[in-house]
Amino acid sequence: MEAWFALLVGIFFTVAVYLMLSKFIIRVLLGVAVLGNAVNLLIFTGGRLTRGVPPVIAGGADALGGPAANALPQALILTAIVISFSFFAFLLVLAWRAYEDLSTDNTDEMRVAEPVKEPMPPLGY
Amino acid sequence: MKSVIFRTVAPFLTSLMTLFSIFVLLRGHNEPGGGFIGGLIAVSALAIYGIAHGVETVRHAIYFHPMAIAGAGLFAATVAGLISLFAQVPFMTGLWIYPSLFGVEVPLSTVMLFDTGVYLVVVGSISSVALSLEERGGE
Amino acid sequence: MAVPTSSSVDLSAALVLGPTTVADWLVILPVAWCFAIGALLVMLRRAIGLHPIIAVAGLAGLVLIDALLLGHVAAKGPVTMAMGRWLPPFGIAFTVDLTGALFALVAAVVALAGGIFSLADINDSGRRYGFYPFLMLLMAGVSGAFLTGDIFNLYVWFEVLLISSFGLLVLGSEPEQIDGTVKYGFLNLVATTLFLVATGYLYAVFGTLNMADVARKAEGLRGSAPLMTLTALYVLAFGMKAAAFPVNFWLPASYHTPRVVVSALFAGLLTKVGIYALIRVMVMLFPVEREELSFVMALAGALTMIVGVLGALAQTDFRRMLGYLVVSGIGSMLAGIAVGGPGGIGGAIFYALHSMLVMTGLYFAAGIAARLGGGSSIATVSGLYRKNVGFATLTLMLCFAVSGLPPFSGFWPKVMLVKAALDIGAWWLAAALLLAGFCTVIATGRLFLLAYWRDDAGAAVETVRLPSAVLAPLAALSLLTLGLGLYPEPLLATIQSAAAGLAEPSAYLNSVFPAGGPQ
Repeated sequence: MEAWFALLVGIFFTVAVYLMLSKFIIRVLLGVAVLGNAVNLLIFTGGRLTRGVPPVIAGGADALGGPAANALPQALILTAIVISFSFFAFLLVLAWRAYEDLSTDNTDEMRVAEPVKEPMPPLGY
Repeated sequence: MKSVIFRTVAPFLTSLMTLFSIFVLLRGHNEPGGGFIGGLIAVSALAIYGIAHGVETVRHAIYFHPMAIAGAGLFAATVAGLISLFAQVPFMTGLWIYPSLFGVEVPLSTVMLFDTGVYLVVVGSISSVALSLEERGGE
Repeated sequence: MAVPTSSSVDLSAALVLGPTTVADWLVILPVAWCFAIGALLVMLRRAIGLHPIIAVAGLAGLVLIDALLLGHVAAKGPVTMAMGRWLPPFGIAFTVDLTGALFALVAAVVALAGGIFSLADINDSGRRYGFYPFLMLLMAGVSGAFLTGDIFNLYVWFEVLLISSFGLLVLGSEPEQIDGTVKYGFLNLVATTLFLVATGYLYAVFGTLNMADVARKAEGLRGSAPLMTLTALYVLAFGMKAAAFPVNFWLPASYHTPRVVVSALFAGLLTKVGIYALIRVMVMLFPVEREELSFVMALAGALTMIVGVLGALAQTDFRRMLGYLVVSGIGSMLAGIAVGGPGGIGGAIFYALHSMLVMTGLYFAAGIAARLGGGSSIATVSGLYRKNVGFATLTLMLCFAVSGLPPFSGFWPKVMLVKAALDIGAWWLAAALLLAGFCTVIATGRLFLLAYWRDDAGAAVETVRLPSAVLAPLAALSLLTLGLGLYPEPLLATIQSAAAGLAEPSAYLNSVFPAGGPQ
């Protein structure tokens, strides 16, 4: 079971890296989104997979009856999902603003902050 | 949105959903629910009202600026953690009191205050985003 | 709804039962304080006149809290507070040792200087946009990163400071800033995601996220688990956050675009959080793997220094040159971590603290120079010395400090690092350190010569008075640098015991698990 999940994580990472290597910012953004999900799946698999036993303490009892699914990776993933979702939203708006203001989504042409032809620094006093 | 049916139903739907969001918030301590999901339900309620009657109406109805609501929520959550200073227990320890109101025991806790803070942060920040997106879409 | 009080459960196995003293609260107070002030500022969004007053008072309070915390830790050793009474490793713990407290205090000092400088730099539209709330949230993230004892929690603080830094970076929304933010945003997000990948693996291997617990268990797992892979991933993730070569390109692409005070705070705080995390993980958690990776890191450090300073030499723009000098400084800290031992780690910590003060000061100077000279290109700006002698003197002090010349604070860490490198026989690393220092002298010397000493041809230069809100923070930072250079003994002693505490973390472990803890 874990092996299949590991393979799936690998596919996710491949897709993410391939997309992030693009020059076009929207593809990079999609790559970042896939990367976030790849990591979530990785943490989930890393917490070991247990099928069908939710970690819920029965009413009236003080402790879990037997072995149950690991609840911690779910908490970690939930945190990571909320964070990566908000970052995705921010970067989406940023990419849109960049497209409006710089009228390009090609990162090679985004040279406002670092112009291509710059004068040499003064060589003498 | 011009649909008469939608405009008629929207206020009822919004008030019902807001009520439900508070229900979800309060049951969240020991059962599924909580501040985050409750806040999301409340934001959807506001968004529906905004689609039906315009963003200005919503802004008028919630009175405070969404970001101010989020700030209040963050403040409440921080204070909820700091209350345990006076009980000589570490930060964020859940403390309970059981006052009796009209003969009914009402359990209140710092955990609930924290969850209410989360609720307000979610309502404030996401409705701020949603309302400004709706404003742009309407232009 | 009530708390279960059945006697069949032994609470002492899961909960902190002893009373918590007020002194223990100092551990969590910096973060809670910043959040409270930040939230207050967001609530008072209409009263922008009050924002600067509350924020500067809040930052002054933060300096006080961090100073008390440092005093407490120096007297009593590492302090731990478990959130919600849940005992570590199950509960999230904030654990402060000397290293964390030192970094937190200097960060607070830098932020206070930034807060005062912003009084004259941030106008009403910036205040309405929320500069001060973002500043407080940034400080919450930075303090949290320095004080936490849980590695996933560290990731959360990284994200808190990252999202506030996005907000600060786009303040103004000029095309240049959007361009810079795109590069900064994407690359930093990738870096924190790498950090999360490494943390996911760490959890899969160790089954715990508490740093003390990881440090304790690493020895037993060394033979069977891929700890080397884990450590290499952490080095890449934190190296990217710290802007080490070859993953440094986001920094010079973005640091010159925002408001001056924002650049100054970023240069002082953000990369150093990466360095702190690197020190914490490499020295305390994985010391054996650090030895193995020593050569790679030393090489990366040497290249970072040289590439950084060459970039600085190639720049005409004051602020862009400073961006490259930040990168160059990161190289020296990496070299220290690579060399290891009390000299190397101590030197890296000292260099990081020195760099926080000096780089922030230099960005302030760049802002003031742009104000006086009407631009930031050293080819066109001139005669700053005639315009304001005091300002020029303060800048010269900072230029000396960043180059590592005595009698300023940059001298001592450089001596420690060169000596540590020579002690292990890495003469090439020592040579790179000295060469980087020499080139920094050339870069800053040229800056001073052209922008400050060169006179305008024919133009009558008059003395310009500067508002004290801009001059005071610059003067404070410069004098602090001078003071640390002339009288480094107290700081040196503290740093030596901080480095010793990292290399031999038994006091740290005892603070987290007082009774040996669960096995």
